Parts: sequence; structure tokens; C-alpha cells
Amino acid sequence: MLPAIDLEDLSLDAGGHLLIDRALAGLAPGDRLVVHGRHPALAVHLAAWCRAEGHRLDPAAEAPTVIRGRADLDRWQGAQRAGRTADDVVAHADRRWGLAARGALVEPGGPVLAVDWVDRDLVWADLAPRLYAQATANQWNPATAVDWAAQVSLPDSVEDAVVQVMTYLVENEQAALMIPARLLSRLHPHFREVMQLLAAQAADEARHVEIFTRRALLHRDTLGLSGAGGRASLQTLLEEPDFTLASFLLSVLGEGSFLDLLHFLHRHAPDRVTADVTRLAARDEARHVAFGVAHTAHVVRTDRAFLHRLRTAVERRHAVLADTAGLNKQVFDALVVLAAGSWTPAAMSHGWQEVLRLQQAMDEGRRRRLEYIGFPADEAAALSALHTRNFM
Amino acid sequence: MSDSLLLGAVAYDPKVVTIWAGFRSWFRDRGLDLDFVLYSQYERQVEDLLAGRIDLAWNSPLAWLRAERLARAQGTTVRAVAMRDTDRDLTSVIVVRADSEYRTLTDLRGRTVAAGAIDSPQATLLPLALLRAAGLDPDADIDLLRFDVGVGLHGDHVGGERDAAQALRAGSAEAACLIDASLLLFGREGTLPAGSVRVLAETEPYDHCNLTAGPAADPALVDHFGKLLLNMSYADDTARPLLDLEGLKKWLPGRTDRYAALDRAVTETNFYDPQGALGAAGYRP
Repeated sequence: MLPAIDLEDLSLDAGGHLLIDRALAGLAPGDRLVVHGRHPALAVHLAAWCRAEGHRLDPAAEAPTVIRGRADLDRWQGAQRAGRTADDVVAHADRRWGLAARGALVEPGGPVLAVDWVDRDLVWADLAPRLYAQATANQWNPATAVDWAAQVSLPDSVEDAVVQVMTYLVENEQAALMIPARLLSRLHPHFREVMQLLAAQAADEARHVEIFTRRALLHRDTLGLSGAGGRASLQTLLEEPDFTLASFLLSVLGEGSFLDLLHFLHRHAPDRVTADVTRLAARDEARHVAFGVAHTAHVVRTDRAFLHRLRTAVERRHAVLADTAGLNKQVFDALVVLAAGSWTPAAMSHGWQEVLRLQQAMDEGRRRRLEYIGFPADEAAALSALHTRNFM
Repeated sequence: MSDSLLLGAVAYDPKVVTIWAGFRSWFRDRGLDLDFVLYSQYERQVEDLLAGRIDLAWNSPLAWLRAERLARAQGTTVRAVAMRDTDRDLTSVIVVRADSEYRTLTDLRGRTVAAGAIDSPQATLLPLALLRAAGLDPDADIDLLRFDVGVGLHGDHVGGERDAAQALRAGSAEAACLIDASLLLFGREGTLPAGSVRVLAETEPYDHCNLTAGPAADPALVDHFGKLLLNMSYADDTARPLLDLEGLKKWLPGRTDRYAALDRAVTETNFYDPQGALGAAGYRP
């Protein structure tokens, strides 16, 4: 006796095909399935459905009888999993997996994904999943995380300094937003946690752009100055095409130094809002630095010769920037004013020393990170000294 | 004779470019030099096939019948090389609203019947032949509400059928003419909600498109083309996206014994005359 199902009064335009599909799944191509049902259009529907699905309707049978086709089996012949499981991050991601989820069974024949980075060790860090979890756990709302109503009336000269520093921070954050966004678009999504982390990083920077702009305009209608040298320095970061070199220059050296700057600004903030915005940004930046360091160290562990490329990248950037002014005078002076706190000679001397200490702290931080990545101490010191005068 | 084949297809949808550009690459990868030209309507394609300007034509059933008539008139022959598995044994239906009083086709006398485009075999010519067989003259005994969407495309554009279905649902027609696949499609997408219509009549099964070889084509090359085509597999992931777009799982040999009902309808309405000249009043492809 042939296998049979009864759709009762269910039609094929209201879900009946699911029952037929389920019954056919257990049959081999060429097997027959009798389909009983009371819906008046069953025979018309069934003929059209069979045709579309690659089955046939047995013309000789009395009751509607489907002869199973093989199109569904053919479609999945040669299908491959994009990694054995959802956690299996493979060494080489296949571009033909396209946008499929890691671990999914991928039908062959889809469009090839146009991405550049498909090798795990060129983009990965074991810390990435944990950093992404931290990033999502530590998201904050710029509207409520900062007490924007905290009213402080600062002397004009101090407010000028705050506005100038904020203007400088915004342009740095814009570079820091565009870089992970660019890297992200060229990365195989198989390396999901790195992709998610870069997305979170771009979102962090978008928020930083917002809060620094908002602080700059809290008591003023216009922003400060943007020096050509600073912008030139930042643009060299945008122009770096290699994933690891871009991550190294931006996060390890640039954002690493920037982190010290944010701590400095938090410490010397003349008002509550400035203290809040620099504290919040520093918390995010620390995570960006952690990924950059972990990733660069991962690459160097798998290929010690990569140290040479890192060194060359620093030297190349230094050479490009040799003829530019670096940090603009107004930003540097604003930092001194903020650290001085007042206009007495003694205060100014203190402010000056504080900015020198900031630069020293930045240098020590860079050396520490370079050594962690694998550079010997003397080389780390030499490379740190070549870092841009623009901090980022 | 050239060692390449030129195929004509009607661009009823932008996807036609993707389909035939893909098939061209597929054939060329297998050593057969195939190229294609696109037509905006079937009549010019058939005329060019018979004039030898193209070797092969991806023809609607109506275009096939005209090709046959023109060939007979010229003393030449055309050959149906292949067709899709989905071109076999289609039916058309005339449906009414489920709660209507109509039980037989003659109940539609004096009523408004919605159909597709003037040149649609499935949504106009064949269903109207059903009415004629039931004794109703579509020009005199019913009020025919025709939706001339994509005239010249021989009903490939589903818009006319969808308009007919919507007219039925909206109450501006008492019956609508559809192909069976559209009945299922419109039910699933909600144009005709499940259970809202009833099938009043259904045609005998008929066949749809075929790949027609014209008199100028090199027969050996056409045989080679046909052999490759019939071996195209749905398991081949370079061919499958094209097969999905073209709506088939497998190419089958062309057969020509299930165009008789349409041929009769064409003759009854003088859509084409016996020599293949256009005869339908108001048909402007």
C-alpha cells in the first residue's frame, strides 16, 4: 500500500504544502505519496505545486498521487558547513560562504563575498569574544550618563581652552570611527566577534563625537581651530590598507596615547561635564586599545617576522609626517591652561610640567605595549619616540 | 552555416538578461558558442526566427503556433527542441467568488468575466475557449473585462492576471481567468485569500513554452545544444540559480502534441490566420 496523508480541508494556499513536504521527506525520489483531502481546489493546487517543486502528479492514479522529485536533494548536494560548529573559527574562511552564519550548512552557488580578510590569524585575537561581551555590557546613553545641566560658569579663557581641546578630540574621534568602519567592511563575517567588536568600536566613537561636540557647544556657538598638521597625521591612519597595521597604528599607538590624554583631561577638568565626557570616553578607549594590543600580539606570535612590518609602518608614518607641524599650538597651550587652573606664573609652570608629564606617560605606555607585543625594550623606546606629535 | 547559435528571447522582465547571460556562459564553458538577442515582444522574435535572423527562439506557446503556421506557409519547418519541466501539463481555470451563486459556465451569461491580456494563452485565449465550448460567445454573451498588461508578451507578465483576480475580489467582475499556478500564488500571497474563490471550470492540460529551432539553424549544432541543455542538472550550482530564475528543475525534450487546444482557440478567434499573419482585432504588440 502506498504511503498516504490526509489534508482534511486544508488547502495548499494555506499551509497544506508543509504536510506534504514532511511526508515526502521520508521518501526516495520516484516514490509515490497519495494525498487525500476535501478542499475543492486540491487537485488544481497540487498540480501547480508539484510542477513548481520538481515533483510530478501521477496522471494514471485515481486519488491525487505525488511522485517525489529530487530537486530538494539536488539543491543541497555538495553543501558545506561554514565551520563545524558555531564556535569553530576556521583558519581560512571561504568567500563562497558569503554572509552565512558560522556553522550553517551553506548551499553552494551563491555569490562570492567581496572581502579582503579571510585568514583568521590576520584579524583574530582570542580576547575578541570577551571584549565584545564587555563592550555590549558597558554601553551608555550620552543623554543621561553626563549631567549636562550641571551649571558652572568658567572664565572665558578656560572655556576657550575646553572648546579648543574638544574640537581637537572630535576630529580624532572621527578618524577613530572611520577606521574600524572601513576595516569592518573588508572583513569576512566568519570572524564574527572581531566584526562585532569593530562595530561596537565605531558606535563608541560615534558617541564620543557626540559628547565632545556637545561639550564644546555647551556655552559657545562655535567650535575651535583645526590645524592642518593634526589632520594630516590622522589621515595617514585612514590610508593604511592593512588590517593589522591599521589596528596597530590606530589602537596600540594612537588610542593608547589618547587614553593618557583623556585621563589627563579628566584629572584637570574645570567642570563636571568635561570630567564626565572624558571619563566615559576613556572607558571605551581602553577596550579598543586592549583589542589592538591583543590582536597585534596574536599576529606576532604566529609570525615573528611581522615585527619588521610593524616597525616599518611606524617609520613610514614618521617619514610622511616629518614635515608637518604635528599637534597644533592652540591644543598644546589649551592643555597647559587646563592643567594650570589659573593665570599666575606658578600655576602656568605647574601646567607646563603636567603636560610634559603627560607626554612622558604616553611614551611609557607606548613602550610598555610595544614590549608586550614582542619588541625588545630598546627598539620599543626608539619606535615610541617616532610616534606622531599629534598624540593619535 | 556558422558554428555558433543565436538565440532570441523576449525580455518580459529584467531577470531575462541575467538568465540568458548566465546560460550563454554556461554553454560557452562547454564549448558551444551561444549568443542571444532580446526582443520586446514575441511577434518580431517569431518573424526573425522564420527569416533566419536568429537560430533559436525561446517561444511562448502562442509564438510556437505562429512559427509553425509561418513555416508551413513558407514551406519550411521549425522544431521544438526542449521545454522546461514546468511547461508540461498546465491548466487554466475560471474562478468565481466562493459565496457566489454560479455553478456552471452558462451561469456567467450576461456577467462580467475578467481576463488577462489579449494575447495571453493561459489567462485569455484558453479560458475563453472554455466559455465558447459551453456555448457562450465571449464577444456577445458576457461582458469581457480584459486587462491588457504587457501586450506582445503573450501573458508572460503576470500583471494582467493579478488585475483580473483583484477585479474579482473587488466585485467589479463575477469571474476571473487564471493559470493554475497563479491561483495557488494569489491564494498564498493574499490577492485572493484562501477559501475566497471557487473553481468553476478547468481546461484540459496543455503545454507552455518551448525552445524552437528555426530553418536557418545548423541541425547538428542544434542537436548538440539540445543534448547539453537536457544534461543541465539542478545539482550543478552554476546552473541552479539560472534554473531557479527561469522557473524549472529540469529541461525536457520538446513535445508538440499538447498545443492543440490553443491552436483551435487561435483558429476560432482568427488570432493568427493559417499563414501566420496577425488577425486579432485590437492586438498591437
